Amino acid sequence: MWTMEQHRFRDLGIRSQRAGSGQPVLFLHGAAGLPLWTPFFEAFSKQYDLRVPEHPGFGGSDAPAWIRSVPDMSMYYLDVLDQLDLHGVHLIGHSLGGWIAAELATRNCSRLASLTLIAPAGTRVKGVPSGDNFIWDPEESVRNLFHDQSFADRILSHAETDEEADLALNSRFMAARLGWEPRWVNPALKNWLHRIQVPTLVLWGENDKLFPKAYASTWQDNIPGSRVAFIPESGHLPQVEKPAVTASRILDFLEGK
Amino acid sequence: MRFVCFTLMPYRPLDMAERQKYRSAWVVLPNELYDPEKGANEYESYINHLVSAEALGFDVVAVNEHHQTAYGLMPAPNLIASALIQRTKRVKIAVLGRALPLVNNPITIAEEFAMLDNLSRGRMIAGFVRGIGTEYHATGLNPVFSHDRFHDAHDLIVQAWTRPGPFEFESENYNFRYVNLWPRPYQRPHPPIWIPSQGSAETIDWAAHPTRKYPFLVTFSAHDLVARYLNAYRDRAREYGYEPSGDQLGWAVPIYVADTDERARKEAKAGIESLFNEFLNNPWQMLLPPGYTSLGSTKRMMKMRAALGTRPKHQSIDALMESGTALIGSPKTVIEKIEKMREVTGFQNLVSMLQFGVLPDELAKRNIEMFASEVMPRLRG
Repeated sequence: MWTMEQHRFRDLGIRSQRAGSGQPVLFLHGAAGLPLWTPFFEAFSKQYDLRVPEHPGFGGSDAPAWIRSVPDMSMYYLDVLDQLDLHGVHLIGHSLGGWIAAELATRNCSRLASLTLIAPAGTRVKGVPSGDNFIWDPEESVRNLFHDQSFADRILSHAETDEEADLALNSRFMAARLGWEPRWVNPALKNWLHRIQVPTLVLWGENDKLFPKAYASTWQDNIPGSRVAFIPESGHLPQVEKPAVTASRILDFLEGK
Repeated sequence: MRFVCFTLMPYRPLDMAERQKYRSAWVVLPNELYDPEKGANEYESYINHLVSAEALGFDVVAVNEHHQTAYGLMPAPNLIASALIQRTKRVKIAVLGRALPLVNNPITIAEEFAMLDNLSRGRMIAGFVRGIGTEYHATGLNPVFSHDRFHDAHDLIVQAWTRPGPFEFESENYNFRYVNLWPRPYQRPHPPIWIPSQGSAETIDWAAHPTRKYPFLVTFSAHDLVARYLNAYRDRAREYGYEPSGDQLGWAVPIYVADTDERARKEAKAGIESLFNEFLNNPWQMLLPPGYTSLGSTKRMMKMRAALGTRPKHQSIDALMESGTALIGSPKTVIEKIEKMREVTGFQNLVSMLQFGVLPDELAKRNIEMFASEVMPRLRG
């Protein structure tokens, strides 16, 4: 089972979910905020010490004025790794979290054993626009994340409490701060991806409506030795829509298979 | 009372059936629906309308800035101001306002106003706004930094107008090694600054501050809300230790007058309903992008919105009249409503929008003339 830990990294209070033991796995969540604990995470906690922190400014974590961009956020997570003194970290990031992970890895890979990016933000392909999740209405915003609409139906049928709505709005504000302009991209990032010197796996849902799967090529072309795999019948959240196949892809990668 | 004649310059020939296929008349409405021949006629009509206001006795003519929308055809309002300067002699010209955070070099705004102020020999009024939420979709600018950029840009512009140059300007959002305005503004120390607003507490607090005392205009709100915001400004000023003058309080409101209440209602109906339902109506994702208002304000607004239901309901002319969002009726009816607002708030700047939505030229002309002859004289003094 997982526990919720309360940390203080630098001067910020940060919540973090944690389960299992072994080599460290750090999962950086996407723009929606701290994810629900799902079978995807269970798959890792059987063999690894899995940590899923909530980014500064998201949900209930402190929002500092000095984190204005994803590069800032990646520097913050380098501080976190130093403070925890972790070594051999398998870093996994989804969407916005993938972008943070990639920025971090271009700066300093010394504490990393591997990098896994699931539908990461941060790069683009000219002429292939991303979806605009800031203009989508609440229903579209959910539906456009999934290939299998039964997932969207389930989420939309859940009536949000006031507290949940407030935490979600905190996350939305912080996501906008990091990703509004330029939209979900750091145009300079691709120029530095060659500095990522750890084994890298890029996963993408075949039917991603937010970040089209064509974006996978920029990562593959620029990160030396990286591998790309597509998850069939999945939208932007393969770890939710296809937890078993997504987890086993990553676990095989971590084990060097 | 000071009378301001204001128009948004909406694109009236808009195909409303096509409009309905899109979530908004802003940003996402294809510009293939804009016909330049018809658009050129629109500009001509609206400029004539504003120019006519001078001879009719208005104190100020006013324009404003919006982007990528059929709601208003003035992405660059200073161009219209420049045209108005050439066709008028006495009337003040207000740009209500320029959206400061949307530009990366606010010195250009300082320069343009300084030029206009010279061209008009000191007839300019400079409105400063942040733009509405949709502007942040249209420009791509990050709404989270909107407030900070507004304040930094304001400081830069006022300093550019008043400090001997060249000087260096440093802030979080704007940094310039050389600020040295040529020309300097005609008015000393600088053109009056007005603050149009939807009434956020942060804006009221800032505008009322003793170092600024900027005239504050509440736009397009129900009578009770307008009164509440204007009185909030007055209260804030008193907390700051001074009594605000009526010149600091303004109300921007669509107005239509005709011989009788019935006739006014009949003639204004299509125009006013198109303004609120076709041109202005926006989904909240477009109107309230994250960070555009503070977290606290956004949470309050979202709860209000949730209580009202997600789909904004159709606003009928009767509802708009009932709430006092629009003043429509005989001169007597309209005078009474303005007097009532004056009694409860002491406001002195009436920003009248006498053309609105699809209201055609002929009715706009009759409206502005009757307003000038039957309403304005009764409220003067």
